[in-house]
Amino acid sequence: MNNFLFTQPFFKKNGKAVAIYFLVAIIFWFVFLVIIPQFYMLDLSFRTNVPPLARGGPEDYYTFEHYSHFIFGSKTATDAFNFVDLGVFGRTIFVSMLVTIANLLFCYPIAFYIAKIANPSTARLLIVSLIIPFWINELLRSFALRILFANEGVINNFLTGVGILDQGILFITYDIGLYTGLIYAYILLMMFPLYNAIESLDINQIEAAKDLGSSSFRTHWRIVIPHAKPGIVSGCTMVFMLTVGALATPVVLSSPNTLWFPQLIYQWFNMNDNWSRGSAYSIILLIVSVIFVLTMMRIFKVRIGEIIK
Amino acid sequence: MSADVELSDVSVTFGSFYAAKNVNVKVNGGEFFSFLGPSGCGKTTLLRAISGFQEPSEGKVLIDNKDMSGIGPNKRPTALIFQNLALFPLMSVSENIAFSLEVRGVSKEERKKRADELLELIALEGQGDKKVHQLSGGQKQRVAIARALAVEPKVLLLDEPLSALDLKLRQRMRTELREIQKRVNITFIYITHDQGEALTMSDRIAVMNEGELEQIGKCDEVYNNPLTPFVATFVGENNPLYGKVTGIEGDKAKIETADGQYLATMNESKKLNIGDESIAFVRPESLFIPRDSDNFDNKIDVNIESFEFEGNLKNFYASLKSGAKIKFSVPNAIDTSSITSGSSIVLGFESSKSVILPKASLAID
Repeated sequence: MNNFLFTQPFFKKNGKAVAIYFLVAIIFWFVFLVIIPQFYMLDLSFRTNVPPLARGGPEDYYTFEHYSHFIFGSKTATDAFNFVDLGVFGRTIFVSMLVTIANLLFCYPIAFYIAKIANPSTARLLIVSLIIPFWINELLRSFALRILFANEGVINNFLTGVGILDQGILFITYDIGLYTGLIYAYILLMMFPLYNAIESLDINQIEAAKDLGSSSFRTHWRIVIPHAKPGIVSGCTMVFMLTVGALATPVVLSSPNTLWFPQLIYQWFNMNDNWSRGSAYSIILLIVSVIFVLTMMRIFKVRIGEIIK
Repeated sequence: MSADVELSDVSVTFGSFYAAKNVNVKVNGGEFFSFLGPSGCGKTTLLRAISGFQEPSEGKVLIDNKDMSGIGPNKRPTALIFQNLALFPLMSVSENIAFSLEVRGVSKEERKKRADELLELIALEGQGDKKVHQLSGGQKQRVAIARALAVEPKVLLLDEPLSALDLKLRQRMRTELREIQKRVNITFIYITHDQGEALTMSDRIAVMNEGELEQIGKCDEVYNNPLTPFVATFVGENNPLYGKVTGIEGDKAKIETADGQYLATMNESKKLNIGDESIAFVRPESLFIPRDSDNFDNKIDVNIESFEFEGNLKNFYASLKSGAKIKFSVPNAIDTSSITSGSSIVLGFESSKSVILPKASLAID
């Protein structure tokens, strides 16, 4: 058996020590970091919420109550559906979609500029200035935006100070701060896949299109965007998934009367001490997001293999 | 419809570097014109200036006597075929060919009709639905040509489009390109570093070196009467014989070299005086092993060093007394088995087949 294992091409190619290290690392990553936590959460989401000591006792049984709570609300509620949670959920998905689109619209011209127009030193400078702010923790970045966007914050003080406005704009109340923060939070995850995809386009393709009489807009529509599609999809997928699951930014930047779905999950886990319900909500978010992304990929005819490229 | 293309005092500079310097050339409508030169000589820069991707730093590009300054590549009556062809890999062959019509808002049926016509022109009927990567090298080449022709340009610009093909295909494409040019009857401006390509296809060629034009003329003219030592050695092969002019008789000049005196023909525009440092050139195919009856103006004693067999030719590498090297070629049909490394023989050449020019640097230096 041992001999059989070590004569496999994988072992021959990498050498015994490296091959074993690879195997152990991959198995550890996959089993301990992916499968076990997810299955534990999945399992937990179907169980009653009981204190640790009661686990395995008669009160610990499998149930759909957490999932039905999400849809129908608590058993004592008068509404037919759990409008509050469903509303938060729907809004989170919808806003995340808008955030993703806004992010794409914002990043595409910049990525194109860096990849195809800027000279190498300008491109480097731009990339560095994109990266540096992200050396700062996400929470701190959100607070920085909070300082900018607060009702008595830097922007409002400036606008009223120089007399452009009489009264400050309620950035936080209207969630403008939140949307800006969410767009900014994962911008690099849109920028780099886009940049990589556009960068690999042969400049002659763009020139050929132009030479054949194509306008700039049409050259982008017919040549650059189709070529960059895998990058666009991969950027959009990452930004969407992370935005849907964002916690720090909404905690700091959302207005007091709006909730982001992960905040709800957080409340179940930490404030209400109901891990089962938190797990159920997490699973719902995960599954719906994945289905959403796969549907989008289907609509835009992208295969998963293309994204990973 | 074809158009004249005129470059009037065109210079293109990048910083302080002249990629092209004071280029003046007039390409006639319907002509197959080639710019020939080594890589980095500025020929691609000129092509980009004609197509509109590069504005000249000085001078003007005129197409049909119309100044093209400020007119972008998408508005010029030119079409460019890129060195790597730049076909659109995500589109079908037909979509590629009809792209220029698509951007002009031509209807789908019209586009299909035109694409089919062009596919027929390039002998790829019925292959319009294929993807570009399903085509062979030669087919891609032809699709690129069809795509460029779809706009009905007045001038077709070709940037070494054959360089990626293998020898046989390249030779076939030369003939095909020439035939297509005759059929569509538009001006072709062709860029190449391959003198074989330039000579076989062109009506006229312009030889370029370091951003400047060295000579413009018909192919045989440039080959037989090069104006500069650079042209003499870049277009075809040539043996240089360095020396000083010691006598002049009509259009012939006598040159005294370390290995003896030779008689060579002067170019009308490059007259020499006695005492001038000069180079006489003789091509490998103009050097003969004299038979008894032959009487050449010039004779050279050489010592054979090595030879190679090229198929139709056998090339001999020999040295002169002074150590100068010389190459000569003998058709394979002639029996040369008695000549081997180390043999000493006498070669002859006609003064009419040798050009003498003022000393200047060669293409191979």
